[in-house]
Amino acid sequence: MLELIVISTLNGVLFGMLLFLLSSGLTVIFSMMGVLNFAHASFYMLGAFFGYQLTKWIGFWPALVLAPLLVGAVGMAVERYGLRNTHKHGHVAELLLTFGLAFAIEEIVSMIWGKSPVDYRVPAALDFPAFTIFSTNYPAYKIFMLAISVLIFVALLIALKRTRVGLIVQAALTHPHMVGHLGHNVGQVFMLVFGVGSALAGLAGVIAGPALVTQSDMAALLGPILFVVIVFGGLGSLPGAFIASLFIGLVQTFAVALNGSLASTFGPLDPSIGPSVLTDIWNVTIAQIAPVLPYVLLVVILIVRPMGLLGTRET
Amino acid sequence: MTSTAASASDIAAKSSGQNLRFYGLWVIAAIALVVLPLIFSSGGSLTSFSLIGIAIIFALSYNILLGETGLLSFGHAVYYGLGGFAAVHVMNAVAARGWPIPLPLIPLVGGIGGLVFALLIGWVMTRRAGTVFAMISLGIGELVGSSSLILRSVFGGESGISTDRTALPHIFGWTFGPQIQVYYLIAFWVLVSAMAMYALTRTPLGRICNAVRDNPGRVEFIGYDPHVVRYLAYSFAGFFAGIAGGLAAINFEIANSAYLGAVQSGMVLFATFIGGASYFFGPILGAILVTYLQLGLTSLTSVWQLYFGIIFIGIVMFAPGGIAGLLMMHRPLIRAGTLGMVIPSYLVAALPTLALACGVILSIETVARYTVTGGEGNIVKLLGIPFNTTAPATWGIAAVLVVGGFIVARITWRRIAEAWDRAASIARDRGYLA
Amino acid sequence: MTPAIEVRAVEKHFGNVSIIKDLNLSVAQGERHAIIGPNGAGKSTTFNLISGYLSPSSGEIRLNGNVISGLRPFEINRRGLSRSFQVTNVFARMTVWENVRCAVLWATGHRYAFWKNVDDLPEVRRRTAEILEDIHLSHRRDVPAGLLTYAEQRELEIGITIAGGANVIMLDEPTAGMSHAETERAVALIRRLTEGRTLVIVEHDMSVVFGLADRISVLVYGHIIASGTPEEIRANPKVKEAYLGEEAH
Repeated sequence: MLELIVISTLNGVLFGMLLFLLSSGLTVIFSMMGVLNFAHASFYMLGAFFGYQLTKWIGFWPALVLAPLLVGAVGMAVERYGLRNTHKHGHVAELLLTFGLAFAIEEIVSMIWGKSPVDYRVPAALDFPAFTIFSTNYPAYKIFMLAISVLIFVALLIALKRTRVGLIVQAALTHPHMVGHLGHNVGQVFMLVFGVGSALAGLAGVIAGPALVTQSDMAALLGPILFVVIVFGGLGSLPGAFIASLFIGLVQTFAVALNGSLASTFGPLDPSIGPSVLTDIWNVTIAQIAPVLPYVLLVVILIVRPMGLLGTRET
Repeated sequence: MTSTAASASDIAAKSSGQNLRFYGLWVIAAIALVVLPLIFSSGGSLTSFSLIGIAIIFALSYNILLGETGLLSFGHAVYYGLGGFAAVHVMNAVAARGWPIPLPLIPLVGGIGGLVFALLIGWVMTRRAGTVFAMISLGIGELVGSSSLILRSVFGGESGISTDRTALPHIFGWTFGPQIQVYYLIAFWVLVSAMAMYALTRTPLGRICNAVRDNPGRVEFIGYDPHVVRYLAYSFAGFFAGIAGGLAAINFEIANSAYLGAVQSGMVLFATFIGGASYFFGPILGAILVTYLQLGLTSLTSVWQLYFGIIFIGIVMFAPGGIAGLLMMHRPLIRAGTLGMVIPSYLVAALPTLALACGVILSIETVARYTVTGGEGNIVKLLGIPFNTTAPATWGIAAVLVVGGFIVARITWRRIAEAWDRAASIARDRGYLA
Repeated sequence: MTPAIEVRAVEKHFGNVSIIKDLNLSVAQGERHAIIGPNGAGKSTTFNLISGYLSPSSGEIRLNGNVISGLRPFEINRRGLSRSFQVTNVFARMTVWENVRCAVLWATGHRYAFWKNVDDLPEVRRRTAEILEDIHLSHRRDVPAGLLTYAEQRELEIGITIAGGANVIMLDEPTAGMSHAETERAVALIRRLTEGRTLVIVEHDMSVVFGLADRISVLVYGHIIASGTPEEIRANPKVKEAYLGEEAH
């Protein structure tokens, strides 16, 4: 039991940090530009596939640098040639544009790499157990993922506190209406922020690809969870997104690890009742409801605290 | 005061003229629905018409949200699916217990299924509009979609729940076994639902929905609670989506988790937006087009969904009014007699635009088939011309068509814009354009 | 007689910043009351508090003797108070006719009705036509509101505000940005349309204020420093010092 708790905590924090790599970019983009970027998870997927392809061609370490840069470039192009032209039609049109993009990117990825998972492997240099707790070998690659995520987290924090763009982003988070008064370079700031956000999503994809499954539906699976994270944490709140990322990462990881059900706790129902909704609920394991949990949390937070954990805005 | 009275009677005269045209249109639509299968009587076209009919109701129900009330939902299929499951369960119960409910009433059961769920969950969902609503609708869509796989007794797991539409009490000797009878059942519900939804846009609630779409803040200061307005619109949308789902259950004799899923939600959004959300007939056009493309493209290409994505992105970026918006833009020009000024520029632009489209299609198909066969030779046929996917010439032609087509097309598009401005300014001078 | 509007000891803070301090205001039935004051004095906030757009941090607001502070804007509107906005705030994609008609619907009792044909309601039609006539926009009835000229949108704004038949009308800078001729037209319009109703108006143009108002309140830093007839306000030394003295010269 203790073993399960330790391992799941590690995995949960890891998943949470990955979620935060994505949700931080999504939050900043949403706060500054008012655009909920539906294609954010698609950039994550692009990162994984670029990483896979580049690893095949030039090796993992160059890919780790190059793939996020490529994804960032794609993101900047999307902002420059797509969103900027759509802006005049309003936020709904922008949201729809990113929705269409997410759809198209999924199709393009499955067209090029197929619909089944690709063989994106952990690099040999990191393919060893880092340590053994109880009887479980904890892979070094996961430690590496954790290290990268924490590194990026710290770098982001410094960038936010120390750089000019960082200050603008901070101001935008608290006073979204002031962004319009930034002056003539507002377009460049938007493009940069969108590019960095996409690159971070791409990086998350590159490092998550070998550990998880690199497949053309990975964006569609993760995208909705990202939205849950930023609604749960409170729209426009970076600390909120951080807490929500970790929380949802832990909840999902623990749920997957638990095999218990009401039936295993309280014993099976009387078989004479026959199949019904009750028996469905009675027999379902916690692991099976793991995919539903984030959305249950979403509904709960909407009823209890509609503005999210740390949200202040009524938008 | 006399002039007020005069203008009021003017309006009365005008609206009675509109009423005549209005009823005329519905009669024509009804006749068309009756006659259609007599002209195209093959089994394939009957199936297509049935699917299009269901898609029309579904898209119109979606437009109660998007076009009328300004609510962008990413989870509308929830109501379609729940309507479908409600219909299947009631059909099975009717067949098993011998209740005297004939099949033609089953779509209403689907509608009630959708309505009940919308009433239950809608109050929380419609608290906010805009992006937050969009995200929540997505979350609820995922929630219901994932739950449907857990609650196997209700949703039948992966395989779904099947039914037999002929097992219900027959009326007028109709068994609803043959597709033609199902078609007429669907056609009837298409007409009834479309009329009801059109009528809804012309009620006090319908107009206040438009006001909420345009300016929810101001609505609060003319006595209305925008939350209630959104909730009511949401419930109506759920009801009509449920009818569409019920019809789908009858048509396919099965309901499964795909009914509720994200793909279904995405398709209805595509259909409505491509057709044009600002006009009542827009979603009808969109439903016809998208269903037709879906049926037609699947046999031609393996990447048909990509074409949907591209068409959708193109519409969002360049014609946010959809096809209906593009068509209706020309109305003032026709009235002012200046349409002739823009036609030549359209014709000039047609060629490079077509070349660009061919280039894009050739690139996509080449890449798609190249990767599927792992780099072996494969033939793409475009406009009757065979292209070898491994030949450098093919890649070159595709690149030339895309790049060259785009450069030339962009110039001709600018010419369209200029011609359009001239024609529009004359129309404005003549008082046909505000 | 109970005053139409009575504001008692209302305060409004945003965080630590106090925008409105101990606000007291009384507007009699049928009175035309102007609120003036320098920029940032809290005039719009006062409007927002009375109309329910904001709720007061403390204090009490009464409409015709009944407490309305804390109610939502639509609840206050249903009790007979209607306001306009400083920034034009119409239904841009709907026609002029639809704009006014929407504002008539609640008051004529049709509410959320989904079983009535909106074109088939004689009372609604008559009132809408009357209001269009009143605001001189009958000839523009089929034009989407977003395509009107600025002055026309301001007139439509007034039309929407009075359409529900509320007996307390609040206009927030109705003539802002208008030319001299347009202003005169708008003042005549306001005078005519608010006949027999209570009017509260925020206005920067002193000729409008002194031409229209029966009483004037002067708001400075979220506090009313004087309230009285135009003559009293003109003669009040505190007002001269705090406000007129700076702006008039």
